[in-house]
Amino acid sequence: MPTNTLNGRTFEVDAEGFLTRRDDWDEELAQDLAAFIGVELDEPHLAPLRFMREDSATTGVTPTLRRMQSVGGFTVKDLFALYPGKPAKKMAWLAGLPKPVGCV
Amino acid sequence: MRKLLILGAGTAGTMAANHLRTKLGTDWTITVVDRDRGHHYQPGYLFVPFWMEPERVVRDRVPLLADGVTFVEGQVALVRPEHRRVELADGRVLDYDWLVIASGTRPDPSLVEGMAEALAGKDAVHHFYTLDAATALRDALARFDRGRLLVHVSEMPIKCPVAPLEFVFLVEDHYRKRGIRHQVDITYVTPLDGAFTKPVASEALGGLLKDRSIRLAPDFAAERVDGPGRRLVAYDGRELSFDLLVTVPPNVGQQFVMDSGLGNDAGFVPVDKHTLRSVEHERIFVLGDASDIPTSKAGSVAHFATETFIDNFLAAVDGRPLPNVFDGHANCFIESGRGQAMLLDFNYDTEPLLGSFPAPVVGPMALLKPSRVNHLGKLAFEQIYWRMLLPGHRLPVPTAMSMAGKRRPKE
Repeated sequence: MPTNTLNGRTFEVDAEGFLTRRDDWDEELAQDLAAFIGVELDEPHLAPLRFMREDSATTGVTPTLRRMQSVGGFTVKDLFALYPGKPAKKMAWLAGLPKPVGCV
Repeated sequence: MRKLLILGAGTAGTMAANHLRTKLGTDWTITVVDRDRGHHYQPGYLFVPFWMEPERVVRDRVPLLADGVTFVEGQVALVRPEHRRVELADGRVLDYDWLVIASGTRPDPSLVEGMAEALAGKDAVHHFYTLDAATALRDALARFDRGRLLVHVSEMPIKCPVAPLEFVFLVEDHYRKRGIRHQVDITYVTPLDGAFTKPVASEALGGLLKDRSIRLAPDFAAERVDGPGRRLVAYDGRELSFDLLVTVPPNVGQQFVMDSGLGNDAGFVPVDKHTLRSVEHERIFVLGDASDIPTSKAGSVAHFATETFIDNFLAAVDGRPLPNVFDGHANCFIESGRGQAMLLDFNYDTEPLLGSFPAPVVGPMALLKPSRVNHLGKLAFEQIYWRMLLPGHRLPVPTAMSMAGKRRPKE
């Protein structure tokens, strides 16, 4: 597995740049990563990431957008506004979780 | 008497009942419940819009079950694990010592605004995930000869994730053969960032789409279907107009799973992905599409998983540690049109790769590359399914995935 270094921190990533070890993550790293996709992580941006971290800690998988809505209480439309284009992918990347496709 | 109750007489439920009937002694009863008597060869749904007669897909469930297996026709209403009891909608009650949930997945168009209404019209919006829908689509394709055709996946997971891609290749071939391909503009619309979920297969399949002049609209998360306006609208505001939309609705587990509190938010039962035993209830195993294991919802997975399950179940009822680990193995033929098909072989840890699959008798089969032999394999599988798989005969392919013949693309 390749490793990335950012602002003095080193972390292991997969071929598409997603973190492979969830414990490498903290909110500071998310802030640093967010700069690369032109997002400033304020509270509304952080709330879904925190939910994803907590949720995946128990389920073992990255939550889907539908789950973010049904369990997390976020609306899919808002998530698209916060993370335009590819919210599920962007949020998983920022939250240090695997790409949200649990199936082949 | 000990009682095994199996909910669902589809691929996994039928296989499990037939395998276990030969292994469990006469001190065991095996009862299988399903809401009707029609066992559908679901891979056939893909061919019904093009050439397969709808009747050919269906057989009576009962003769497919071994002697000594009892079939109960009824709609399951509720599972009560604390009482080891299943309640049917008509008030009947079935007790069990051990329960296998093999109730599959179902399309739920109500989860996308406007989709259920648009499908009900059977006009410009169709799907092929039930026999009725596939038959209606056959008639729609026959009528449709000009305009914009979208083949659309709502969200993952869906039953058989390659089926919509196969459909797009077959429908392209259909219009080519009719000599009006130039009048039909075909787009594959997917919430994924490419043609498929995994990188190597995605690239190979994406290349094939391009070769066949099929457009790809990736990262499209559909918010609603505007049936009357013939538009598909994404959450990010993008809109695609259509003259014919073939969609794959979101998939969820059965209502009784949800009502019994056994499912996750999509109605799939959380299990240990290596043993298929319910996380919450040790006397429940879940086979086939009904569980939450992180792989395809497909008969192939049900097949390999059920084979590893048999010995685990026998160990579980004796209180022994479970001997087998399911590796997530599956393989499937992907119809690619022009009388050819591709082959995928993969598991939890290894994505579908290039190379060849060492098959007995017919010789190596090409992985991720269209070939005639693969297509013939896909057609032959229909008979293998009825005659070998369901009765519980082992097929001459290993249950665990092998790396023999596989290769990764050069970096």
